[in-house]
Amino acid sequence: MVRNVSEVDHYSSDFQQLQGLNHDNWVFPIRGHAMETFTGIGFPTTRKGNEKWKYTNVAPIARLPFALSGPSNTSVEVIKSVAPWSDSWTNVVFVNGLYRKDLSDRSNDFELTNLAELIEERIPVEELGSLTDISDDGFAALNTSFLQDGIVLRVGQGKTVELPINVVFFSDGTPSTVAHPRIFVKAGRGSSVSIIESYVGGGGDYSLTNSVSEILVEEDAVVNHYRFLSESEHTYDVGYGRVKLSNNSVFNSRSFFKGANIGRYDLNVLVDGEYASCDLQGLYFTSGEQHMDNFINIDHAKPYGTSNLFYKGILDGKSRAVFGGTVLVRKPAQKTNSVQSDKNLILSADAEIDTKPALFIYADDVKCAHGATAGNVDADTLFYMRSRGIDLETASRLLIYGFAGEVIDKVEIPELRDFLEEAFLTSLPSYSFGF
Amino acid sequence: MSKNNLLEIKNLHASVEDTEILKGINLEVGLGEVHAIMGPNGSGKSTLANVIAGRPGYAVTEGEIIYEGDNILAREPEIRARAGIFLAFQYPVELPGVRTWQFLKAAVDAIRKANGEEEMGVRDFDKLLEEKRQLVEMDPDLVKRSVNEGFSGGEKKRNEILQLALLNPKLALLDETDSGLDIDALRIVSEGVNNFRGPQKAILLVTHYQRILDYISPDFVHVLVDGKIVKSGDAELALELEQKGYEWVREPTGTKVQS
Repeated sequence: MVRNVSEVDHYSSDFQQLQGLNHDNWVFPIRGHAMETFTGIGFPTTRKGNEKWKYTNVAPIARLPFALSGPSNTSVEVIKSVAPWSDSWTNVVFVNGLYRKDLSDRSNDFELTNLAELIEERIPVEELGSLTDISDDGFAALNTSFLQDGIVLRVGQGKTVELPINVVFFSDGTPSTVAHPRIFVKAGRGSSVSIIESYVGGGGDYSLTNSVSEILVEEDAVVNHYRFLSESEHTYDVGYGRVKLSNNSVFNSRSFFKGANIGRYDLNVLVDGEYASCDLQGLYFTSGEQHMDNFINIDHAKPYGTSNLFYKGILDGKSRAVFGGTVLVRKPAQKTNSVQSDKNLILSADAEIDTKPALFIYADDVKCAHGATAGNVDADTLFYMRSRGIDLETASRLLIYGFAGEVIDKVEIPELRDFLEEAFLTSLPSYSFGF
Repeated sequence: MSKNNLLEIKNLHASVEDTEILKGINLEVGLGEVHAIMGPNGSGKSTLANVIAGRPGYAVTEGEIIYEGDNILAREPEIRARAGIFLAFQYPVELPGVRTWQFLKAAVDAIRKANGEEEMGVRDFDKLLEEKRQLVEMDPDLVKRSVNEGFSGGEKKRNEILQLALLNPKLALLDETDSGLDIDALRIVSEGVNNFRGPQKAILLVTHYQRILDYISPDFVHVLVDGKIVKSGDAELALELEQKGYEWVREPTGTKVQS
């Protein structure tokens, strides 16, 4: 059933053109099926009573006709100025969703390819899409309809990748364009890798980045995943991340939001192995009229798992943030240990946070805690600092920095930590808490 | 009414939400002196220390607080702190994410700037901090942590005394600094206070128990009951209180203020 012909129609001619006559390419039926699905479900607009999108209105995204974005010759200097970067890392650059071979590194240590090349070479990507339920999410369906480019990373068994793999998705801000980056990662048994995924750039007019990431963490493997979203105030950025953990594996996620008009990060971790653990932390700073929605789900399906969900928000201006953090402990997942917390610092009377941590426990021998706080700083705290001679403005700055620092300090890659410190601390507002 | 009074409190009345807590306090604290303010729970002794430091939430309805010759009632707490008034908190506040080092440096620099001095160099500050840290025998790791976060009660109080030593004020207001301390911590804290003591300093020590006065010998002891000083004396008074309890001073014969 077509929900809304026009919003779906925006994409049909680009879709036809992308598909072309490559009927025999492996990607052709995947895209075709996804477009059918998208045509059926459309965008998850709030009026459909969609609980997952309750606080985020995507009508502006649905309404605008976004054309598939094209190549751009943006220089590496421009990219380095806005994205985390170290020449010592393995850097992979996409501009407007398309791979920039000239700016990207390759390695002999692991398999790192761009998706466009695999499509071109007609090499199917095994397990691509295996974690994505396109029937459940219009954006993921649309991304899959436009499977075109992105990264495919496979780390071999027992391999420790020492230096971070830094994947930058830069948008040159061409008005009314959309990119659909795709990330597929498989960390082989006992391997270890750190990946930085950045979404940066954007311009003075509306553009959309609609990404899908799938990360498979095999037995005993460790994946450290960093996500940095800092786009212009006119960009829409919808991210869909799916992670699956096997026995004894570890997934650490650090997500940082600093800018976009509407940002959404839907991260779902399936704890599908015993003794697997995930630690998901995030920091969002919203200002102006920005809107950020973190929709985080941890699904404990196997016993002896641990999860930690720790998000912090700083809200300013007329911005709005949404935190939906749900931990599901299924019946077999005995001895699960799970903690969740979302704390917010609200710097403006016009800012709004909707925070909804939730726990669904079907197992009976588990340890779970959750909590959410939203608020200003209490008078005792400020008096304590002022009684040491520190003025209100300095006290407030120390407190706001300290609040953000609790997440940034835990970043284990020094260059990235410095970058984030700079990116956040210089952008945090000068503010004085009152009483 | 003389000499080198650092602090003069005249007929001080203060309320919290329309409840009068201080009902006419008169007190003079001269340079070089240590005054102990004792009294039962709810007598107003912590209020007195907090009002002097400028804690918001108290309304001073009558009277004056004269510090170095000026009435400071209209001054913000940070202005009072920069002028040399220091309050060691009964319940030191935790500052998540704010590093102790950073916090202390900000405080030292704020006070230096108010005195027309430059901010302290990092190396000099590190040296100073290390010296004072050793004085209060504080675990070096605690200095690297967030202010008071995860500190035990005793560590928090030591941190207060570390700040006292570092900021080197003129007037130290110690608000039940002895409460919740074991005997070792009490000794260390007391040593810190005695170290601070000097001819150009003054201390107002608020306590419920006589115990700390075994370590810090006061020049004057005042007993505060129901918002008023009902008895003043020397160190002997504290011992007497310890034996007879606060009920003793509430009796009619005990309310005569000794001079």
